Amino acid sequence: MIKIKDHNELFSQPDYQAQFARKKEFEKPWPEEKVREIAEWTKTEEYKELNFKRENIKINPAKACQPLGAVFCASGFDGSMPFVQGAQGCVAYFRSHLSRHFKEPFAAISTSMTEDAAVFGGLNNMLEGLENTYALYKPKMITVSTTCMAEVIGDDLNAYIKTAREKGVIPQDMPVPFAHTPSFVGSHIVGYDNMLKGILKALSEGKRGEPNGKVNIIPGFDTYTGDYHEIKRLMALMGIEYTLLADVSETFDSPNTGEYKLYPGGTPLPDAMDSVNALATVALQKYSTVKTMEYIQKDWGQKTLTLSPIGIGNTDRFLEELSKLTGKPIPAEIEAERGRVVDAMVDSHPYVHGKRFALVGDPDQLLGMMSLIMEMGGEPVHVVCTNGDKHFEADAKELLASSPFGVNGRVYINRDMWHLRSLLFAEPVDLLIGNSYAKFLMRDTGTPLIRIGFPLFDRHHLHRQPIVGYQGALNLVTMLVNTVLDEMDRKTVDTTSFDVIR
Amino acid sequence: MRQIAIYGKGGIGKSTTTQNLVAALAEAGRKCMIIGCDPKADSTRLILNRKAQNTVMDMAREKGTVEDLDLDDVLLQGFKGIKCAESGGPEPGVGCAGRGVITAINFLEENGAYGDDTEFIFYDVLGDVVCGGFAMPIREGKAKEIYIVTSGEMMAMYAANNISRGVLKYAQSGGVRLGGLICNSRKTDKEFELISELASKLGTQMIHFVPRDNEVQRAELRKKTVIDYAPNHPQADEYRELARKIADNRNFVIPTPITMDELERLLMDYGIMESEEVAV
Repeated sequence: MIKIKDHNELFSQPDYQAQFARKKEFEKPWPEEKVREIAEWTKTEEYKELNFKRENIKINPAKACQPLGAVFCASGFDGSMPFVQGAQGCVAYFRSHLSRHFKEPFAAISTSMTEDAAVFGGLNNMLEGLENTYALYKPKMITVSTTCMAEVIGDDLNAYIKTAREKGVIPQDMPVPFAHTPSFVGSHIVGYDNMLKGILKALSEGKRGEPNGKVNIIPGFDTYTGDYHEIKRLMALMGIEYTLLADVSETFDSPNTGEYKLYPGGTPLPDAMDSVNALATVALQKYSTVKTMEYIQKDWGQKTLTLSPIGIGNTDRFLEELSKLTGKPIPAEIEAERGRVVDAMVDSHPYVHGKRFALVGDPDQLLGMMSLIMEMGGEPVHVVCTNGDKHFEADAKELLASSPFGVNGRVYINRDMWHLRSLLFAEPVDLLIGNSYAKFLMRDTGTPLIRIGFPLFDRHHLHRQPIVGYQGALNLVTMLVNTVLDEMDRKTVDTTSFDVIR
Repeated sequence: MRQIAIYGKGGIGKSTTTQNLVAALAEAGRKCMIIGCDPKADSTRLILNRKAQNTVMDMAREKGTVEDLDLDDVLLQGFKGIKCAESGGPEPGVGCAGRGVITAINFLEENGAYGDDTEFIFYDVLGDVVCGGFAMPIREGKAKEIYIVTSGEMMAMYAANNISRGVLKYAQSGGVRLGGLICNSRKTDKEFELISELASKLGTQMIHFVPRDNEVQRAELRKKTVIDYAPNHPQADEYRELARKIADNRNFVIPTPITMDELERLLMDYGIMESEEVAV
């Protein structure tokens, strides 16, 4: 039997090591001593100052591009096929990025624009793409977004889709929502927003009728499938009728039945069409729903609320506002659940109290995490948000100012993980919160990493646990305190403090 | 091999001037090639004596990809063996014409369209340098000589100055130089003096003043250059003179573009534009 070594073992074998050594001759690297010297220099205050003056390069920005958010959103509707007008490589990236995070297959169409399409415009690609998609994958809806290529040459999606209908490439009545999602503007959360607005616009057209008394809930760019299940559970307990808009929970977390389903679930289209007749729309994220919420408020004339239920206080507000909105009381069961989570927090807080945190991620998740950390007596110190704008900065500063644990906190918008690296050397913290890419900061600075956000490539199933609601707070508290305790064990391993009880 | 790019405001007569002067060069036994860098694909009509040829981008669209193209599909020979190619491009309002120019020129270069014995390659470029695509002929050390076709009309001069700015950018990083202004006369007031003065302000020369003559129009209607249609007409000699001057030109400069104010002052000095005080 052949023993196949994985790369952890394989590359440490003598023949590989010898090969690496031989390669060095041609690589002509700087002497190791010089490399070490520069590496040390990058930890200094002097380097930090230079780093923050950097203008023409981003190093490990914590963001993805618009169409990634758009296809993610598009996949949250029943029978919807995400369809991207542009070059093929982009769509391969969206698919692999999502698959690596969720460990699930992800289907999306690319119109595979090539050089001739770049020059003549992508109409033919769009027509053939729609025709093939309809014939091969039999979707109920084809949901169109764009890559840079189509945007730079100015492809007119509205006109193209109209032409497709006129030519009979797709049925007259099949919804084909679209959004222009240039990757060089905004980030994945903006793409999500643009796409959702496009979908709701297309689906709600001519559907205004009797009020249905339901509440629309928009999770936003939330990659925790556990959150979707948790919101559904809370709504059921509250007895509130609701429509989740862009319900991706089945798409990325469907049961393994031995049979592959191209469209495993999502918001049913009739429900999405009826969302225009709802009582109100509640967004669980602010920065991934700005345009959508503005559209719902202005065009639908609906009451809109933005309530992010991460942490105890935020979940309290979320439930209280829903109760006010619908007249349904908060059941005793939820109150008891809250009590249990608060008890857990009390149990753990001695270990988290006074701990300093660095956080990097999407704006809404950062605000939620900061809030929860301060509820535990932790101190957010460095808050880095690559895709955060001035409004986020103001929100984050206001949040920090609302608690004595926020006094040492500073907010950095448009900064990347390399900036954070300098911050971690200049003003060390106890814990780091970020996505899988933050593990390089963990390696360089020795700060323990709590993996929260997107993408999470190097740990399994984290996305299946909720981070919203009281259950979400409990999960987060568990992650926080156990990371502290793991670190404590690591540091005390050879001492008498290597204790069995913590 | 000299690679020469002709720029100028849209409608100023770039294509007509280029084809006539290339016809004159060919008539004198020089080996020439014209590459049209304009989606309208009308840069070689007078040489081939017929409506626009198969363009690189048209053929690429037909075959699906530019890689499947044969050089013979797009490279034709016209009057006195002048080689002709057109980049082609999209209809107005869609796609990206600039990208088409980039694709076409890369294709022609990679497939050896220029040959070994070609002495002059002329790029006839659409209007202004509006984006990177239309700067393609002067990027990466392709065309090193630029001539700007202009007239005594203000907007044509404005465009000439603007193009000089584009040339300046590439002159600093590469070897591209301005060879002169070609005045394609519109019979405006003091046109000769005005363009001579503009040329000197830009640090260059007015290489030739091409008078206006209806013979050009008559030849064009027959899909011919004046050299081809009426070789004995005095206008043909004007183009021969232009061709000779370009062939002998040694005056290549990095242009010194002027400001809008300076341009307006120039026009006022020549009494074409009233100064504001007078206007009031």
